[in-house]
Amino acid sequence: MATATDIEVVDLAVTPLRELNQRLHDAASGGSRSWRIVNPNGAHAIAVGIDAELDVVIEGHTGYYAAGMNKHATVTIEGNAGVGVGENIMSGRIHVKGNASQACAATGRGGLVVVDGNASSRCGISMKGVEIVVKGDIGHMSGFMAQSGTLVVCGDAGDALGDSIYETHIYVRGSVQGLGADCIEKELKEFHRAELGRLLEAAGADAKVDEFRRYGSARQLYTFNIDNAGAY
Amino acid sequence: MCGIVGLFAKTPEVEANLGALLAPMLHEMSDRGPDSAGVAFYRNPVESGHTKLTLQHDDPAYDWDALRKALKEAHGADKHVERRGNHAVVVAHADAVRAEAWIEEHHPDVKIMSAGEAIEIYKEVGRPEAFIETFDIKSLNGTHALGHTRMATESKVTTAGSHPFSTGLDLCLVHNGSLSNHNGLRRMLRREGVRFQTENDTEVAAGFMMWRQREGDTLQQVVDRCIEDLDGFYTFLIGTRDGFAVVRDPIACKPAVLAETDEWVAMSSEYRSIATLPGAEKAVAWEPAPATLYMWEKERV
Repeated sequence: MATATDIEVVDLAVTPLRELNQRLHDAASGGSRSWRIVNPNGAHAIAVGIDAELDVVIEGHTGYYAAGMNKHATVTIEGNAGVGVGENIMSGRIHVKGNASQACAATGRGGLVVVDGNASSRCGISMKGVEIVVKGDIGHMSGFMAQSGTLVVCGDAGDALGDSIYETHIYVRGSVQGLGADCIEKELKEFHRAELGRLLEAAGADAKVDEFRRYGSARQLYTFNIDNAGAY
Repeated sequence: MCGIVGLFAKTPEVEANLGALLAPMLHEMSDRGPDSAGVAFYRNPVESGHTKLTLQHDDPAYDWDALRKALKEAHGADKHVERRGNHAVVVAHADAVRAEAWIEEHHPDVKIMSAGEAIEIYKEVGRPEAFIETFDIKSLNGTHALGHTRMATESKVTTAGSHPFSTGLDLCLVHNGSLSNHNGLRRMLRREGVRFQTENDTEVAAGFMMWRQREGDTLQQVVDRCIEDLDGFYTFLIGTRDGFAVVRDPIACKPAVLAETDEWVAMSSEYRSIATLPGAEKAVAWEPAPATLYMWEKERV
Protein backbone atom coordinates (compact mmCIF):
# COMPACT_ATOMS: atom_id res chain seq x y z
CA MET A 1 0.00 0.00 0.00
CA ALA A 2 1.15 3.52 -0.74
CA THR A 3 2.55 5.46 2.18
CA ALA A 4 1.38 8.88 3.27
CA THR A 5 4.25 10.67 1.54
CA ASP A 6 3.85 9.03 -1.90
CA ILE A 7 2.21 11.01 -4.68
CA GLU A 8 -0.50 8.92 -6.26
CA VAL A 9 -0.98 9.71 -9.97
CA VAL A 10 -4.26 8.65 -11.59
CA ASP A 11 -4.73 8.93 -15.35
CA LEU A 12 -8.42 9.28 -16.18
CA ALA A 13 -7.66 8.33 -19.79
CA VAL A 14 -7.13 4.77 -18.52
CA THR A 15 -8.67 4.62 -15.02
CA PRO A 16 -12.48 4.57 -14.72
CA LEU A 17 -13.88 7.54 -12.81
CA ARG A 18 -15.66 5.36 -10.23
CA GLU A 19 -12.42 3.59 -9.45
CA LEU A 20 -10.69 6.92 -8.85
CA ASN A 21 -13.46 8.18 -6.57
CA GLN A 22 -13.53 4.89 -4.66
CA ARG A 23 -9.78 5.09 -4.09
CA LEU A 24 -10.13 8.68 -2.87
CA HIS A 25 -12.88 7.58 -0.47
CA ASP A 26 -10.77 4.64 0.74
CA ALA A 27 -7.92 7.07 1.44
CA ALA A 28 -9.86 8.17 4.51
CA SER A 29 -8.44 5.09 6.20
CA GLY A 30 -4.79 5.48 5.10
CA GLY A 31 -2.42 5.65 2.15
CA SER A 32 -1.22 8.56 0.04
CA ARG A 33 -2.13 12.06 1.12
CA SER A 34 -1.11 13.63 -2.23
CA TRP A 35 -2.93 12.87 -5.47
CA ARG A 36 -2.54 14.10 -9.02
CA ILE A 37 -5.31 13.43 -11.53
CA VAL A 38 -4.31 13.73 -15.19
CA ASN A 39 -6.45 13.77 -18.36
CA PRO A 40 -9.69 14.87 -16.66
CA ASN A 41 -11.01 16.07 -20.06
CA GLY A 42 -14.12 17.61 -18.59
CA ALA A 43 -15.46 14.42 -17.00
CA HIS A 44 -18.23 14.82 -14.44
CA ALA A 45 -18.10 14.13 -10.70
CA ILE A 46 -14.31 14.02 -10.38
CA ALA A 47 -13.10 13.77 -6.75
CA VAL A 48 -16.62 13.93 -5.33
CA GLY A 49 -17.28 12.99 -1.73
CA ILE A 50 -13.74 13.01 -0.31
CA ASP A 51 -13.72 12.72 3.48
CA ALA A 52 -10.01 12.99 4.38
CA GLU A 53 -7.23 15.55 4.59
CA LEU A 54 -5.92 14.88 1.08
CA ASP A 55 -4.17 17.22 -1.31
CA VAL A 56 -5.66 16.58 -4.77
CA VAL A 57 -4.50 18.35 -7.92
CA ILE A 58 -6.53 17.93 -11.12
CA GLU A 59 -4.42 18.76 -14.16
CA GLY A 60 -6.97 20.16 -16.61
CA HIS A 61 -10.65 21.04 -16.98
CA THR A 62 -13.43 19.34 -15.03
CA GLY A 63 -17.11 18.69 -15.86
CA TYR A 64 -20.07 18.87 -13.50
CA TYR A 65 -19.88 18.76 -9.69
CA ALA A 66 -16.11 18.44 -9.35
CA ALA A 67 -15.08 18.04 -5.68
CA GLY A 68 -18.73 18.11 -4.64
CA MET A 69 -19.52 17.40 -0.97
CA ASN A 70 -15.83 17.84 -0.17
CA LYS A 71 -14.81 17.34 3.46
CA HIS A 72 -11.32 18.20 4.79
CA ALA A 73 -9.47 17.86 1.42
CA THR A 74 -7.70 20.55 -0.59
CA VAL A 75 -8.64 20.16 -4.26
CA THR A 76 -6.94 22.27 -6.92
CA ILE A 77 -8.33 22.37 -10.47
CA GLU A 78 -5.69 23.57 -12.92
CA GLY A 79 -8.24 24.61 -15.51
CA ASN A 80 -11.91 25.51 -15.85
CA ALA A 81 -14.62 23.85 -13.80
CA GLY A 82 -18.08 22.91 -15.08
CA VAL A 83 -21.48 23.31 -13.46
CA GLY A 84 -21.68 23.01 -9.66
CA VAL A 85 -18.02 22.82 -8.70
CA GLY A 86 -17.79 22.26 -4.95
CA GLU A 87 -21.52 21.70 -4.64
CA ASN A 88 -22.43 21.20 -0.99
CA ILE A 89 -18.82 21.52 0.16
CA MET A 90 -18.66 20.77 3.91
CA SER A 91 -15.09 21.82 4.70
CA GLY A 92 -11.59 21.97 3.21
CA ARG A 93 -10.56 24.08 0.24
CA ILE A 94 -11.26 24.05 -3.50
CA HIS A 95 -9.16 26.21 -5.80
CA VAL A 96 -10.22 26.68 -9.45
CA LYS A 97 -7.38 28.26 -11.40
CA GLY A 98 -9.53 28.98 -14.47
CA ASN A 99 -13.20 29.95 -14.73
CA ALA A 100 -16.10 28.25 -12.99
CA SER A 101 -19.44 27.52 -14.61
CA GLN A 102 -22.89 27.96 -13.09
CA ALA A 103 -23.80 27.24 -9.47
CA CYS A 104 -20.26 27.33 -8.08
CA ALA A 105 -20.28 26.08 -4.45
CA ALA A 106 -24.07 25.80 -4.48
CA THR A 107 -25.54 24.93 -1.07
CA GLY A 108 -22.02 24.78 0.41
CA ARG A 109 -22.01 24.45 4.20
CA GLY A 110 -18.38 25.20 5.03
CA GLY A 111 -14.82 25.41 3.73
CA LEU A 112 -13.33 27.82 1.20
CA VAL A 113 -13.81 27.93 -2.58
CA VAL A 114 -11.45 30.18 -4.57
CA VAL A 115 -11.93 30.93 -8.28
CA ASP A 116 -9.04 32.74 -9.96
CA GLY A 117 -11.06 33.59 -13.06
CA ASN A 118 -14.77 34.32 -13.44
CA ALA A 119 -17.70 32.36 -12.08
CA SER A 120 -20.87 32.41 -14.14
CA SER A 121 -24.49 32.53 -13.05
CA ARG A 122 -25.89 31.42 -9.69
CA CYS A 123 -22.53 31.44 -7.89
CA GLY A 124 -23.18 30.54 -4.24
CA ILE A 125 -26.85 29.79 -4.80
CA SER A 126 -28.43 28.70 -1.51
CA MET A 127 -25.04 28.75 0.22
CA LYS A 128 -25.22 27.74 3.86
CA GLY A 129 -21.88 28.67 5.41
CA VAL A 130 -19.23 28.22 2.70
CA GLU A 131 -16.77 31.03 2.03
CA ILE A 132 -16.30 31.89 -1.66
CA VAL A 133 -13.72 34.22 -3.18
CA VAL A 134 -13.98 34.94 -6.93
CA LYS A 135 -11.08 37.00 -8.26
CA GLY A 136 -12.92 37.88 -11.48
CA ASP A 137 -16.62 38.54 -12.15
CA ILE A 138 -19.72 36.56 -11.23
CA GLY A 139 -22.84 36.04 -13.37
CA HIS A 140 -26.49 36.76 -12.82
CA MET A 141 -28.60 35.46 -9.92
CA SER A 142 -25.56 34.83 -7.74
CA GLY A 143 -26.20 34.37 -4.04
CA PHE A 144 -29.84 33.51 -4.69
CA MET A 145 -31.44 32.54 -1.32
CA ALA A 146 -27.98 32.57 0.25
CA GLN A 147 -28.43 31.64 3.90
CA SER A 148 -25.06 32.08 5.58
CA GLY A 149 -21.37 32.23 4.76
CA THR A 150 -19.47 34.82 2.74
CA LEU A 151 -19.22 35.63 -0.97
CA VAL A 152 -16.33 37.89 -2.06
CA VAL A 153 -16.18 39.17 -5.64
CA CYS A 154 -13.09 41.07 -6.75
CA GLY A 155 -14.63 41.95 -10.13
CA ASP A 156 -18.21 42.79 -11.12
CA ALA A 157 -21.47 41.07 -10.22
CA GLY A 158 -24.27 40.32 -12.69
CA ASP A 159 -27.95 41.05 -12.39
CA ALA A 160 -30.20 40.10 -9.45
CA LEU A 161 -27.38 39.71 -6.93
CA GLY A 162 -28.47 38.19 -3.62
CA ASP A 163 -32.12 37.75 -4.53
CA SER A 164 -34.12 36.61 -1.48
CA ILE A 165 -30.92 36.52 0.56
CA TYR A 166 -30.94 35.52 4.23
CA GLU A 167 -27.77 36.10 6.27
CA THR A 168 -24.86 35.65 3.84
CA HIS A 169 -22.34 38.52 3.66
CA ILE A 170 -21.58 39.62 0.10
CA TYR A 171 -18.62 41.86 -0.75
CA VAL A 172 -18.16 43.22 -4.29
CA ARG A 173 -15.24 45.34 -5.46
CA GLY A 174 -16.56 46.25 -8.91
CA SER A 175 -19.98 47.16 -10.23
CA VAL A 176 -23.24 45.37 -9.48
CA GLN A 177 -25.53 45.16 -12.47
CA GLY A 178 -28.56 44.91 -10.23
CA LEU A 179 -29.62 43.80 -6.76
CA GLY A 180 -32.24 41.08 -6.33
CA ALA A 181 -35.32 41.27 -4.13
CA ASP A 182 -34.57 42.18 -0.50
CA CYS A 183 -30.83 42.64 -1.14
CA ILE A 184 -29.42 46.04 -0.17
CA GLU A 185 -26.06 47.71 0.28
CA LYS A 186 -24.97 47.73 3.91
CA GLU A 187 -22.36 49.41 5.99
CA LEU A 188 -18.86 47.86 6.03
CA LYS A 189 -18.31 47.61 9.78
CA GLU A 190 -15.12 46.65 11.60
CA PHE A 191 -16.25 43.03 11.88
CA HIS A 192 -16.79 42.88 8.12
CA ARG A 193 -13.46 44.53 7.35
CA ALA A 194 -11.71 41.88 9.41
CA GLU A 195 -13.67 39.06 7.76
CA LEU A 196 -13.00 40.40 4.26
CA GLY A 197 -9.31 40.98 4.98
CA ARG A 198 -8.92 37.43 6.26
CA LEU A 199 -10.57 35.95 3.16
CA LEU A 200 -8.61 38.09 0.66
CA GLU A 201 -5.43 36.93 2.33
CA ALA A 202 -6.53 33.29 2.45
CA ALA A 203 -7.36 33.40 -1.27
CA GLY A 204 -4.21 35.30 -2.24
CA ALA A 205 -6.36 38.01 -3.84
CA ASP A 206 -4.64 41.24 -4.83
CA ALA A 207 -7.29 43.64 -3.55
CA LYS A 208 -7.77 46.03 -0.66
CA VAL A 209 -10.59 45.91 1.86
CA ASP A 210 -11.45 49.59 1.28
CA GLU A 211 -12.26 48.94 -2.38
CA PHE A 212 -15.27 46.75 -1.54
CA ARG A 213 -18.91 47.41 -0.82
CA ARG A 214 -21.00 45.11 1.32
CA TYR A 215 -24.44 43.75 0.43
CA GLY A 216 -26.87 41.80 2.52
CA SER A 217 -30.46 41.20 3.44
CA ALA A 218 -32.94 43.99 4.17
CA ARG A 219 -34.79 41.30 6.18
CA GLN A 220 -38.12 42.39 4.76
CA LEU A 221 -38.82 39.24 2.79
CA TYR A 222 -38.22 36.45 5.26
CA THR A 223 -40.20 36.24 8.42
CA PHE A 224 -38.23 33.88 10.62
CA ASN A 225 -38.42 35.07 14.20
CA ILE A 226 -36.20 33.49 16.84
CA ASP A 227 -39.04 33.74 19.34
CA ASN A 228 -41.01 31.30 17.16
CA ALA A 229 -38.18 28.73 16.84
CA GLY A 230 -40.11 26.17 18.87
CA ALA A 231 -42.85 26.13 16.26
CA TYR A 232 -40.53 24.85 13.47
CA MET B 1 -31.51 17.06 -21.61
CA CYS B 2 -29.96 16.91 -25.14
CA GLY B 3 -26.46 17.79 -26.27
CA ILE B 4 -25.47 20.32 -28.88
CA VAL B 5 -22.18 20.86 -30.63
CA GLY B 6 -20.87 23.25 -33.25
CA LEU B 7 -17.56 23.66 -35.04
CA PHE B 8 -16.45 26.57 -37.19
CA ALA B 9 -13.26 26.13 -39.24
CA LYS B 10 -10.68 28.92 -39.39
CA THR B 11 -8.14 27.01 -41.52
CA PRO B 12 -8.30 24.85 -44.69
CA GLU B 13 -7.03 21.85 -42.66
CA VAL B 14 -9.96 22.03 -40.26
CA GLU B 15 -12.35 22.49 -43.20
CA ALA B 16 -10.99 19.34 -44.86
CA ASN B 17 -11.40 17.32 -41.64
CA LEU B 18 -14.55 18.91 -40.29
CA GLY B 19 -16.56 15.67 -40.10
CA ALA B 20 -13.71 13.74 -38.51
CA LEU B 21 -13.45 16.49 -35.87
CA LEU B 22 -17.18 16.90 -35.26
CA ALA B 23 -17.96 13.17 -34.95
CA PRO B 24 -16.10 12.66 -31.64
CA MET B 25 -17.70 15.84 -30.26
CA LEU B 26 -21.13 14.44 -31.12
CA HIS B 27 -20.26 11.00 -29.76
CA GLU B 28 -19.18 12.57 -26.46
CA MET B 29 -22.70 14.00 -26.11
CA SER B 30 -24.35 10.54 -26.38
CA ASP B 31 -25.14 10.46 -22.64
CA ARG B 32 -27.05 13.71 -22.97
CA GLY B 33 -29.08 12.47 -25.94
CA PRO B 34 -29.27 8.75 -26.76
CA ASP B 35 -32.62 8.88 -28.65
CA SER B 36 -31.57 10.41 -31.95
CA ALA B 37 -28.83 12.45 -33.55
CA GLY B 38 -28.40 14.88 -36.39
CA VAL B 39 -25.99 17.27 -38.06
CA ALA B 40 -25.98 20.20 -40.45
CA PHE B 41 -22.87 20.61 -42.58
CA TYR B 42 -22.14 23.65 -44.72
CA ARG B 43 -20.01 22.48 -47.62
CA ASN B 44 -19.40 22.52 -51.37
CA PRO B 45 -21.73 25.46 -52.21
CA VAL B 46 -23.57 25.21 -55.49
CA GLU B 47 -23.67 28.02 -58.01
CA SER B 48 -26.09 30.88 -57.52
CA GLY B 49 -29.55 30.08 -58.89
CA HIS B 50 -29.15 26.36 -58.20
CA THR B 51 -30.52 24.69 -55.08
CA LYS B 52 -28.93 21.92 -53.04
CA LEU B 53 -31.59 19.72 -51.47
CA THR B 54 -31.09 17.14 -48.74
CA LEU B 55 -33.91 14.60 -49.12
CA GLN B 56 -34.99 11.68 -46.97
CA HIS B 57 -37.08 8.57 -47.58
CA ASP B 58 -37.91 5.86 -45.04
CA ASP B 59 -37.00 3.16 -47.61
CA PRO B 60 -33.20 2.78 -47.55
CA ALA B 61 -33.31 1.33 -51.09
CA TYR B 62 -35.23 4.29 -52.48
CA ASP B 63 -34.37 4.99 -56.13
CA TRP B 64 -32.80 8.43 -55.82
CA ASP B 65 -31.42 8.32 -59.35
CA ALA B 66 -34.92 8.01 -60.79
CA LEU B 67 -35.93 11.09 -58.80
CA ARG B 68 -32.85 12.95 -60.02
CA LYS B 69 -33.54 12.07 -63.67
CA ALA B 70 -37.13 13.27 -63.42
CA LEU B 71 -35.95 16.46 -61.70
CA LYS B 72 -33.39 16.94 -64.50
CA GLU B 73 -36.09 16.73 -67.14
CA ALA B 74 -38.29 19.19 -65.29
CA HIS B 75 -35.73 21.80 -64.17
CA GLY B 76 -32.24 20.49 -64.82
CA ALA B 77 -30.12 18.80 -62.14
CA ASP B 78 -26.52 17.87 -61.40
CA LYS B 79 -25.43 14.40 -62.56
CA HIS B 80 -24.36 13.28 -59.14
CA VAL B 81 -26.53 12.10 -56.25
CA GLU B 82 -24.72 11.84 -52.92
CA ARG B 83 -26.33 9.19 -50.72
CA ARG B 84 -25.84 8.97 -46.96
CA GLY B 85 -27.97 6.48 -45.05
CA ASN B 86 -31.55 7.04 -46.12
CA HIS B 87 -30.77 10.63 -47.13
CA ALA B 88 -29.55 11.93 -50.49
CA VAL B 89 -28.26 15.27 -51.73
CA VAL B 90 -29.43 16.41 -55.17
CA VAL B 91 -28.76 19.72 -56.87
CA ALA B 92 -31.62 21.28 -58.83
CA HIS B 93 -30.94 23.84 -61.52
CA ALA B 94 -33.78 25.95 -60.22
CA ASP B 95 -34.48 28.27 -57.32
CA ALA B 96 -35.55 26.77 -54.02
CA VAL B 97 -39.23 27.66 -54.35
CA ARG B 98 -39.55 25.80 -57.64
CA ALA B 99 -37.31 22.91 -56.63
CA GLU B 100 -39.15 22.28 -53.34
CA ALA B 101 -42.57 22.64 -55.01
CA TRP B 102 -41.57 20.07 -57.62
CA ILE B 103 -40.50 17.54 -54.94
CA GLU B 104 -43.70 18.08 -52.96
CA GLU B 105 -45.87 17.66 -56.04
CA HIS B 106 -44.14 14.68 -57.67
CA HIS B 107 -42.60 12.89 -54.68
CA PRO B 108 -44.86 13.60 -51.69
CA ASP B 109 -43.37 10.61 -49.80
CA VAL B 110 -39.91 12.26 -49.86
CA LYS B 111 -39.10 14.61 -46.97
CA ILE B 112 -37.04 17.74 -47.60
CA MET B 113 -34.50 18.04 -44.78
CA SER B 114 -32.82 21.21 -46.01
CA ALA B 115 -32.53 23.53 -48.99
CA GLY B 116 -29.96 26.15 -49.86
CA GLU B 117 -26.59 26.65 -51.51
CA ALA B 118 -24.35 24.96 -48.95
CA ILE B 119 -26.41 23.34 -46.18
CA GLU B 120 -26.87 19.58 -45.82
CA ILE B 121 -28.93 18.19 -42.92
CA TYR B 122 -28.77 14.54 -41.84
CA LYS B 123 -30.71 13.18 -38.89
CA GLU B 124 -32.04 9.87 -37.66
CA VAL B 125 -33.36 8.09 -34.58
CA GLY B 126 -31.01 5.83 -32.65
CA ARG B 127 -27.77 6.19 -30.79
CA PRO B 128 -25.30 8.84 -31.96
CA GLU B 129 -22.47 6.35 -32.65
CA ALA B 130 -24.73 4.37 -35.00
CA PHE B 131 -25.75 7.60 -36.73
CA ILE B 132 -22.10 8.60 -37.20
CA GLU B 133 -21.39 5.23 -38.87
CA THR B 134 -24.54 4.99 -41.00
CA PHE B 135 -24.16 8.49 -42.38
CA ASP B 136 -20.36 8.32 -42.65
CA ILE B 137 -20.14 11.68 -40.85
CA LYS B 138 -16.35 11.46 -40.51
CA SER B 139 -15.90 11.75 -44.29
CA LEU B 140 -17.65 15.12 -44.54
CA ASN B 141 -15.70 18.31 -45.14
CA GLY B 142 -17.17 21.78 -44.69
CA THR B 143 -16.72 25.33 -43.46
CA HIS B 144 -18.83 24.81 -40.33
CA ALA B 145 -21.16 22.23 -38.85
CA LEU B 146 -23.74 21.84 -36.09
CA GLY B 147 -24.83 18.68 -34.33
CA HIS B 148 -27.42 17.49 -31.84
CA THR B 149 -28.06 14.46 -29.67
CA ARG B 150 -31.64 14.20 -28.47
CA MET B 151 -33.20 13.06 -25.23
CA ALA B 152 -36.88 13.49 -26.10
CA THR B 153 -39.02 15.08 -23.41
CA GLU B 154 -42.11 16.51 -25.06
CA SER B 155 -42.77 14.77 -28.38
CA LYS B 156 -42.18 11.49 -30.18
CA VAL B 157 -38.80 10.08 -31.12
CA THR B 158 -39.01 10.31 -34.91
CA THR B 159 -36.70 11.41 -37.71
CA ALA B 160 -38.83 14.50 -38.25
CA GLY B 161 -38.66 15.30 -34.53
CA SER B 162 -34.86 15.11 -34.54
CA HIS B 163 -32.61 18.13 -34.85
CA PRO B 164 -31.35 20.17 -36.71
CA PHE B 165 -34.51 21.84 -37.95
CA SER B 166 -34.36 23.75 -41.20
CA THR B 167 -35.53 27.33 -40.68
CA GLY B 168 -35.17 28.58 -44.24
CA LEU B 169 -32.63 28.56 -47.03
CA ASP B 170 -29.21 27.64 -45.63
CA LEU B 171 -30.54 28.18 -42.11
CA CYS B 172 -31.04 25.70 -39.31
CA LEU B 173 -31.56 25.42 -35.59
CA VAL B 174 -30.49 23.01 -32.87
CA HIS B 175 -31.84 23.40 -29.37
CA ASN B 176 -31.17 22.22 -25.84
CA GLY B 177 -34.07 22.97 -23.55
CA SER B 178 -37.84 23.05 -23.67
CA LEU B 179 -40.43 25.64 -24.58
CA SER B 180 -43.67 25.99 -22.66
CA ASN B 181 -45.75 28.17 -25.00
CA HIS B 182 -45.15 26.27 -28.24
CA ASN B 183 -48.79 25.21 -28.74
CA GLY B 184 -50.03 28.80 -28.75
CA LEU B 185 -47.16 29.94 -30.95
CA ARG B 186 -47.80 27.06 -33.38
CA ARG B 187 -51.43 28.17 -33.80
CA MET B 188 -50.32 31.76 -34.41
CA LEU B 189 -47.65 30.69 -36.91
CA ARG B 190 -50.08 28.42 -38.80
CA ARG B 191 -52.25 31.48 -39.32
CA GLU B 192 -49.13 33.16 -40.73
CA GLY B 193 -48.76 30.30 -43.21
CA VAL B 194 -45.88 28.44 -41.53
CA ARG B 195 -46.22 24.66 -41.90
CA PHE B 196 -45.38 22.08 -39.21
CA GLN B 197 -44.73 18.33 -39.46
CA THR B 198 -44.58 17.42 -35.75
CA GLU B 199 -45.76 18.38 -32.24
CA ASN B 200 -42.17 19.26 -31.38
CA ASP B 201 -41.36 22.49 -29.51
CA THR B 202 -38.10 23.14 -31.37
CA GLU B 203 -39.91 22.97 -34.68
CA VAL B 204 -42.01 25.87 -33.39
CA ALA B 205 -38.88 27.88 -32.50
CA ALA B 206 -37.55 27.09 -36.00
CA GLY B 207 -40.88 28.14 -37.54
CA PHE B 208 -40.86 31.31 -35.47
CA MET B 209 -37.38 32.19 -36.75
CA MET B 210 -38.42 31.36 -40.32
CA TRP B 211 -41.44 33.67 -39.97
CA ARG B 212 -39.40 36.58 -38.60
CA GLN B 213 -36.77 36.19 -41.33
CA ARG B 214 -39.53 36.12 -43.93
CA GLU B 215 -40.80 39.39 -42.43
CA GLY B 216 -37.36 40.91 -43.02
CA ASP B 217 -35.78 40.75 -39.54
CA THR B 218 -31.99 40.56 -39.23
CA LEU B 219 -30.56 37.70 -37.15
CA GLN B 220 -30.16 40.07 -34.18
CA GLN B 221 -33.80 41.15 -34.53
CA VAL B 222 -34.92 37.51 -34.82
CA VAL B 223 -33.06 36.63 -31.63
CA ASP B 224 -34.48 39.67 -29.81
CA ARG B 225 -38.01 38.54 -30.77
CA CYS B 226 -37.24 34.98 -29.61
CA ILE B 227 -36.13 36.28 -26.19
CA GLU B 228 -39.33 38.28 -25.97
CA ASP B 229 -41.86 35.73 -27.23
CA LEU B 230 -40.53 32.24 -26.44
CA ASP B 231 -41.21 31.01 -22.90
CA GLY B 232 -38.99 28.26 -21.59
CA PHE B 233 -35.39 27.22 -21.28
CA TYR B 234 -33.10 27.15 -24.25
CA THR B 235 -29.63 27.27 -25.62
CA PHE B 236 -29.95 27.79 -29.37
CA LEU B 237 -27.25 27.12 -31.92
CA ILE B 238 -28.25 28.72 -35.22
CA GLY B 239 -26.55 27.75 -38.48
CA THR B 240 -26.31 30.33 -41.27
CA ARG B 241 -24.83 30.18 -44.77
CA ASP B 242 -21.53 31.64 -43.53
CA GLY B 243 -21.29 30.66 -39.87
CA PHE B 244 -23.17 30.05 -36.68
CA ALA B 245 -24.67 31.93 -33.75
CA VAL B 246 -25.28 30.99 -30.12
CA VAL B 247 -27.94 32.44 -27.83
CA ARG B 248 -29.24 31.46 -24.39
CA ASP B 249 -32.47 32.46 -22.68
CA PRO B 250 -32.28 35.19 -19.99
CA ILE B 251 -32.21 32.65 -17.12
CA ALA B 252 -29.59 30.52 -18.91
CA CYS B 253 -30.05 27.21 -17.04
CA LYS B 254 -29.21 25.15 -20.09
CA PRO B 255 -25.47 24.69 -20.42
CA ALA B 256 -23.22 26.14 -23.11
CA VAL B 257 -19.46 26.39 -23.47
CA LEU B 258 -17.61 28.28 -26.19
CA ALA B 259 -13.95 27.82 -27.02
CA GLU B 260 -11.68 29.38 -29.61
CA THR B 261 -8.21 28.83 -31.00
CA ASP B 262 -6.48 30.15 -34.13
CA GLU B 263 -7.76 27.03 -35.94
CA TRP B 264 -11.40 26.77 -34.86
CA VAL B 265 -14.34 28.03 -32.84
CA ALA B 266 -16.27 25.33 -30.99
CA MET B 267 -19.53 25.33 -29.09
CA SER B 268 -20.86 22.54 -26.94
CA SER B 269 -23.21 21.75 -24.10
CA GLU B 270 -20.19 20.54 -22.17
CA TYR B 271 -16.45 21.01 -22.27
CA ARG B 272 -15.78 17.27 -22.64
CA SER B 273 -16.85 17.48 -26.31
CA ILE B 274 -14.44 20.32 -26.92
CA ALA B 275 -11.68 18.33 -25.18
CA THR B 276 -11.70 15.92 -28.16
CA LEU B 277 -10.42 18.68 -30.49
CA PRO B 278 -6.72 19.16 -31.28
CA GLY B 279 -5.37 22.14 -29.34
CA ALA B 280 -8.34 22.19 -26.92
CA GLU B 281 -6.07 22.46 -23.91
CA LYS B 282 -4.77 25.79 -25.22
CA ALA B 283 -8.17 27.16 -26.26
CA VAL B 284 -9.77 30.16 -24.63
CA ALA B 285 -12.95 28.70 -23.13
CA TRP B 286 -15.86 30.61 -21.62
CA GLU B 287 -19.55 30.45 -20.92
CA PRO B 288 -21.81 32.66 -23.05
CA ALA B 289 -23.78 35.29 -21.09
CA PRO B 290 -27.59 35.07 -21.00
CA ALA B 291 -29.74 36.77 -23.65
CA THR B 292 -26.64 37.68 -25.66
CA LEU B 293 -25.98 36.83 -29.30
CA TYR B 294 -22.57 35.36 -30.16
CA MET B 295 -21.80 34.95 -33.84
CA TRP B 296 -19.01 33.79 -36.11
CA GLU B 297 -19.21 34.22 -39.86
CA LYS B 298 -16.76 33.58 -42.64
CA GLU B 299 -16.22 36.25 -45.26
CA ARG B 300 -17.26 34.94 -48.66
CA VAL B 301 -14.43 34.71 -51.14
